[in-house]
Order: sequence, then C-alpha cells, then structure tokens
Amino acid sequence: MNIIVCVKQIPDPAAPGALNSDSNTLKRDGKLVIDDSDMYGVEMALQLVDAAGGGEVSLVSMAPNGETSGMRTALAMGAAKGVLVSDPALQGSDALTTAKILAAAVQRLGGADLIVAATESSDGYTGTVPEQMAEVLGLPSVTFTKKIVINGSTLQASRQTEAGYDEVTCALPAVISVTAGVVEPRYPSFKGIMAAKSKPVEQVTASDLGVTPVGWDGAGQKITSVTQAEARQAGEIIEDDGEAFNKIVGFLENLKVI
Amino acid sequence: MTLNNIWVFAQATNGAVNTATLELITKARSLASNVSVFVSGDGAAIAAAVGDFGANKVYGADCGAHLPGVAMAAAMKSVIDGGDSPDLIMFPQSYEGRDAMARLSVKLNKTVITNNVDVEDSGNGVTVTTPIFGGNTLVATTFTGSGPFLAAFRPKSFAPEASGGAAAAVTAVVVPDLGAAGSAQVTAVHVEETSGPKLDEANVVVSGGRGLGEADKYSMIEELAKLLKAAPGASRAIVDAGWVPYSYQVGQTGKVVKPSVYIAAGISGATQHMVGMKGSKNIIAINKDKEAPIFGIADLGIVGDVHKVLPKLIEALKTRG
Repeated sequence: MNIIVCVKQIPDPAAPGALNSDSNTLKRDGKLVIDDSDMYGVEMALQLVDAAGGGEVSLVSMAPNGETSGMRTALAMGAAKGVLVSDPALQGSDALTTAKILAAAVQRLGGADLIVAATESSDGYTGTVPEQMAEVLGLPSVTFTKKIVINGSTLQASRQTEAGYDEVTCALPAVISVTAGVVEPRYPSFKGIMAAKSKPVEQVTASDLGVTPVGWDGAGQKITSVTQAEARQAGEIIEDDGEAFNKIVGFLENLKVI
Repeated sequence: MTLNNIWVFAQATNGAVNTATLELITKARSLASNVSVFVSGDGAAIAAAVGDFGANKVYGADCGAHLPGVAMAAAMKSVIDGGDSPDLIMFPQSYEGRDAMARLSVKLNKTVITNNVDVEDSGNGVTVTTPIFGGNTLVATTFTGSGPFLAAFRPKSFAPEASGGAAAAVTAVVVPDLGAAGSAQVTAVHVEETSGPKLDEANVVVSGGRGLGEADKYSMIEELAKLLKAAPGASRAIVDAGWVPYSYQVGQTGKVVKPSVYIAAGISGATQHMVGMKGSKNIIAINKDKEAPIFGIADLGIVGDVHKVLPKLIEALKTRG
C-alpha cells in the first residue's frame, strides 16, 4: 500500500494574515509551517500503510522559495520521501493550476494506491483542489471523509454530509480528502526529527512537470479591488461580579427573546 | 459583458428545494433573463418550486448511487457540449456543490472562485466578492477569458424572494459513462437527528467552545439552548476534539448562521469561527480572557467563567418559567 499525501506549507496561522501590496497574493515569504489540516491526512496515511502491513507514505507539496520545513514535519512523523514543486512562475496560480501541478507531482512519484489531501487549506480555503486533482488524474474520489477502511483494492469510507454521513465504497486507486479530527496526529519523535533531515525531497519546477500555463497566466481571474469590510463595533463589556447573568437576561428581554 | 444565461446548481431532498438554492436563483434572476437549474434526480419534482423563484428551466440528472459531484459535472458538461452553454454557473458552498464545481472546472479548463458573498455584472466583466481574514477584508475578483464562469457562494449571501413565476420547463439529462471516476458509490445514508430548531435557521443560537473545559460540560449549552428555543452550536475546536458531531459546527468549514441572537460561551473567536457567525444581529459572548477576539464583535461581553455564569443564567431562565 503506497499512499501520497498532499501537504500545504502555509504562513503561521497564529500570525495575522496579510496581502502583498503589489500582487494582492497572500504573503508567504516568512517561515512556513505544515497546515494543521494536513496533519490528519499524514497520520491517516501512516496508519493505513501500517494496517496494510507494508508500503510507504510519500508527500507532494507546492511552495515558494524551496520551502521544506512543513514537509520535514510530515517526514518526521514517518513519511518516507517527497516532491516539492517550487517555482517563481507559480505565483498567482489558481486552484485548477495547483491541482494540475500536484497531479503531475503525483505522477512523478509513479502514482499511488491512494492520494490523500485535507478538505481545504487553512489559508486559502478554496476547497476544490482534491476533487480537481482526481479529475485531472481520471480517478474516483471521496471527499470529506471521516473514517476510512481499506479492504484489498476497495476503500470504504464514511463521508460527511449536511444531514449526517454517507457510507461510500470506491475502487483504488482513488483520491480522498479527510476532515479535521478524524485521527489524532502523532508528535514526531526526536529520532523521527533527526531522520527527517536526510530523507529525500526532490525539488522540481512547473516546466520539469510539463504544466503550462501557470501563475497569473494560467489563472482565469484577476483581483480588481481589495477593501476593508465595515467593522462591527464592540458593545458593552463587563467583568462578571457574580451577577452578570442578569445583564444577559435583561439583554434577551429587550430583544423579546424571552 | 452582459449575462444572458445563468445556471444554478440546486440541491433538494425528497422534492424540497433547500434555502441556499432559492437564494442563488433569486440572485440569478436579477442578473439574467434565462435562469436554469441543475439538480440531481427528477427535475419535475422541483419545477414548480424553482419556477416560483424565477427559474425558467430545470435539468434533472439521475445520478443513481454515484456520489453526485462527479455524475453532475459529467451531466453538465454534456449539456454544455450540446449547445446550451451558460455564462455563469452559481454553486452553493456545500459538499455536493464543491465536488461538482471542481470536476466541471477540469472538464472545461476554467478557474473556480469559491466562498463568495456577492456577484455583479459590471459591464466589463463578472465580478465576485470574497471575504478573507475572517471577513475583515473584501476581495473583488473579475473572471477573465470566456465563460462559463464557475463561482460558489456561501449560504445566506442573498435573501430568497419568490417571483411568482410559472413552473420551470423540465429536461432530463442522461449521465454519461463516468469510467474509473464513477466507481465511488453511496451504499448507505445516515441522518444524524438533532432535536429543536435547525442550526442555520434558528432565531437564537447558543454555541460552546473549548472554554467549557470538558465534553460533559456541553450539556450546559444544550440546556440553555432548550430554554431559549435555540439551536446548539459549537466551535471547530470541540468538534475536532470529538465532543459534538460535525453538524454542530459554526464557522468557515461549518455552518454559516445569522440568528437574531448568538451566544458564544467559552469561545475565543478564531477567524475560522467568526466568519460563520459575525452576521448575527446581536452577539453575546462569555469568556474568561478579556483579550479574546470575540469581544471585539460582541454587543454584550461578559468577562467571566462560563462554569459560573451559565448555571446562574440557566437557573434564572428556569425560574421565569
């Protein structure tokens, strides 16, 4: 069982986000970290490979400036190797181009039985890349999965729906996206962190992968304005002196909720 | 450009069209004279309902046991290839909507723009508005090149209003052979029942977060919700921790709510959460950290321990009967 996990390396989510003033793209020039949402996919992949009794977990990522620090976290957790697509030409790429790039990186690794991604990234939130990648690769997909079991060449998954969940079966190879919280991501061990430093990460460009056009040229959109939304004003803030619940009761009475 | 032909990706359960669909149809008819609806299943079942909101045509595609996204995208592509090519396709920001849009974008080699809250036809192009950074910043993006343009919209971006139109004309679409991509099949459907009002339709919502400390304490949220005839909600943190099902989640990746009153108990106000609730008319926040971002948007903020404030509030409401 060989599994490829898509790993996004994003700016520290605890820091306030900002846009580059010239291009209106998200600032990604500081240190990047692995998107927390991808930790679940990495853990899920490691567990599925363990359960299958053999194989390995590989990574694909697209990031500026040859950034691998987020990938190293996943390698420290137990992934074996990775492909990083890093290329200044990729700046401004839309979700469709990103999906084409990641699909090509998957093929560079020789494909896999299963390709895992998060449902959406924590910085861009487009939320279509896993399904677009499946279509580019001509594979079936099960998005928003919360539980996955593999029996031979078939995948059985529980898939989140608006009303509850569906049980879905799907032939491998396939693409899945996993929701946050499906598994408890392991902490990398010291040994894992040391080993990750020497695990192979091949760095390639968009043209190495034969994907054109990319970046702004490939994006069927242009940002026309960026404005500040009308800020919501804070109201009355009080310290609880043991009687603050009465304030809430009064507030609800005023609104005729009670 | 002028928009002439807009499609709306519709979702319906047992012939009942969901609110998000009606919101999109209402907006679509204000932009174009031809509005078609694309639905998984029997188009006839919703023809009157979508016609009443202004749709002229409904395409129904029987997806069988396929996951709808892949089958619907193939059906839409076949209609486009057949000559009815829309200028814009509006999708709801839902699981099925996102899947179908993603598959179709590859088939058409067109970009997608998701998480939008508005769309306009400026004459020079079709422009959508997307809030980022928790809704503090609005980005306007114009589609370039030729259509069909693909855009997904958050629930409650538009107010649904009936137009009193006649039933839409129904066309059945055959789902083409999906090849390997069609192998994902639904074998069972589970509905997680929640009692009381629905989270995204409730007049009052009471949500709990990590400040509750432990899973058992969520019962305070449920009790308060019951007393206020409110829907219980949750932050992503406690959904990820497994305290409550995903269907309770309010936020960017959960439900968008705009109730009259939103009570956030033990929720600090991560961007992810605020996006889903900052449209509420009145916000009450209870949190022990006075620096919590939630207080920046609260109409009434109580800096205090939820374990002390909530029991007293519940008791006071019970006493009132």
